[in-house]
Amino acid sequence: MEGGNLTPEVGHESQIADFAPIVFLNLQSFNLKSALTMLPARFQPASDQSLLIYFGHAMSRKAHQQVMRLLRLLQADPVAGIVNLHPAYHSLLIKFDPLQFAHADLESILRERLKHLADIQPPPPRQIEIPVCYDEEFGPDLNHVAAMQHLTPEQVIELHASKSYEVYFLGFVPGFAYLGELAPELVTPRLPAPRRSVASGSVGIAGSQTGVYPFAVPGGWRLLGRTPLKMFQPQTATSLLSIGDRVRFVPITREQFAQLEKA
Amino acid sequence: MTEIHVQSPGLFTTVQDLGREGFGPIGVSPSGAADPTSLRIGNRLVGNPDGAAALEMTLLGGTFLFPQGAIIALAGSDFGATLDDSAIPPHQTIEIHPGQTLRLGPTRSGARCYLCVHGGISVELFLGSASTHVLSGLGGFDGRPLRKGDVLVVGPAPQPFHTRALASHATDLLAQRKTFRITPGPQVEKFSEPSRQLFYESTFSIAEESDRLGLRLTGPAIHANSHREMITEGVSLGAIQITPEGQPIILFVDQQTTGGYPKIANVITADLPSLGQLRPRDQVRFEPVNWDAARQLLIEQKRLLNSADLIIG
Repeated sequence: MEGGNLTPEVGHESQIADFAPIVFLNLQSFNLKSALTMLPARFQPASDQSLLIYFGHAMSRKAHQQVMRLLRLLQADPVAGIVNLHPAYHSLLIKFDPLQFAHADLESILRERLKHLADIQPPPPRQIEIPVCYDEEFGPDLNHVAAMQHLTPEQVIELHASKSYEVYFLGFVPGFAYLGELAPELVTPRLPAPRRSVASGSVGIAGSQTGVYPFAVPGGWRLLGRTPLKMFQPQTATSLLSIGDRVRFVPITREQFAQLEKA
Repeated sequence: MTEIHVQSPGLFTTVQDLGREGFGPIGVSPSGAADPTSLRIGNRLVGNPDGAAALEMTLLGGTFLFPQGAIIALAGSDFGATLDDSAIPPHQTIEIHPGQTLRLGPTRSGARCYLCVHGGISVELFLGSASTHVLSGLGGFDGRPLRKGDVLVVGPAPQPFHTRALASHATDLLAQRKTFRITPGPQVEKFSEPSRQLFYESTFSIAEESDRLGLRLTGPAIHANSHREMITEGVSLGAIQITPEGQPIILFVDQQTTGGYPKIANVITADLPSLGQLRPRDQVRFEPVNWDAARQLLIEQKRLLNSADLIIG
């Protein structure tokens, strides 16, 4: 944050030189390899009660890994006064109690925490298979996407179901996971006008992303099929998918869909 | 068991408390009362904790029969309430006798009126909150706005009841704002100086299609420098995002948790409750303030809200 020079530490500037050897020693004891591969964090106030942390300037695997590490770090060892966390592709929005912190206070606490980012060992990703029926009834945009991309509907299904996707984050509505990246041949813009209601379980694509609608909500993604799985269980407030999971779509028939829906 | 029978639900009536915070990682919006200051005051008038669940009515209130009676207070905007055809005032404790009917009509002031009941509205909690999130159909009464014939259950009374009223100086706290104080949004640099000036100096009107997800504004189009899509990121309550057509949308209590439009500004925390009282076609303006001013205004508001003499009785 640009306001960093307004922190009280500014008065101690002259002492920085005295501490230089200690700083050097700390660097030596650091795990240099992982420290050097980290993208620098950039802080940006979003409102008087929220602060954004960006890693780099673009969507990348490295940036997303750092978002997940920081999320895990703040979930495992919460900072009192932080009330909510919103992870995304290369950023984490932190909502805080504005009577407890100014942005600069929170930034210095987080900068301390960030030093331990390399120590976080994220658990191996869960592998989750989602059965999808790609029948026209469930995937009203399948044929149109195929025509737009000069592919057959079968090729679209093959491309969509042959890749393993990463859960970048959950947003929009409870349990809606943003999955990527689609095969380049499938990258298609959103519908020009969103549908008033998309059926629960619908599997859609938008840009280079794919995802499953957990509820019947308005939506602008192009629909290729539908899963009989419950993406969000209201009774237990649990989401089938979590940030960092790996997801594969498995084509199923109409009959299998009906069986699974009953189960 | 004390019940409330919904004879007419009004335009859009939901169960709300102070919302569920902390579930951003699974995409769950906080929800909660659109005007939490009014909810807190209403609850204090009936001797409830600030965050007890109440009915939030929008623009047009409902009709409610109380077969066993109840202690209630109405807070927020004046919906012209009557009890068995006698007018009753907002912002004071009212005792409803068994079999009496409470009728609310169209608003005479702002968008929302809260019906708070001694004991609170009892519903099954979702992630620790009674608030309704209509978009996903979660929380509140069956995840939806009330309908005719619904029967609500009132929770156990927290303590003996005594009549209370709101001090006259509380009007400062509840006054409807027309100018909303803002701080810079995270993408303010994406807007040229003339675009920002146009935003700060224009009057906007609240569009009809505004709801608890977002308040849409009509007025001059505000254009960002680049129409290139930005990378989706977490969005804060009160963020003012600008659509590719140049329309501002203020993200509100049922907001989606992430978004991909640039945010030019953010309404300060102290002014968020007043957003909940804006009606379609209301005219609003924006006034930039610095971070310290935003903080001081919030401290002052909390001081007023927590002052010992706010509630009389």
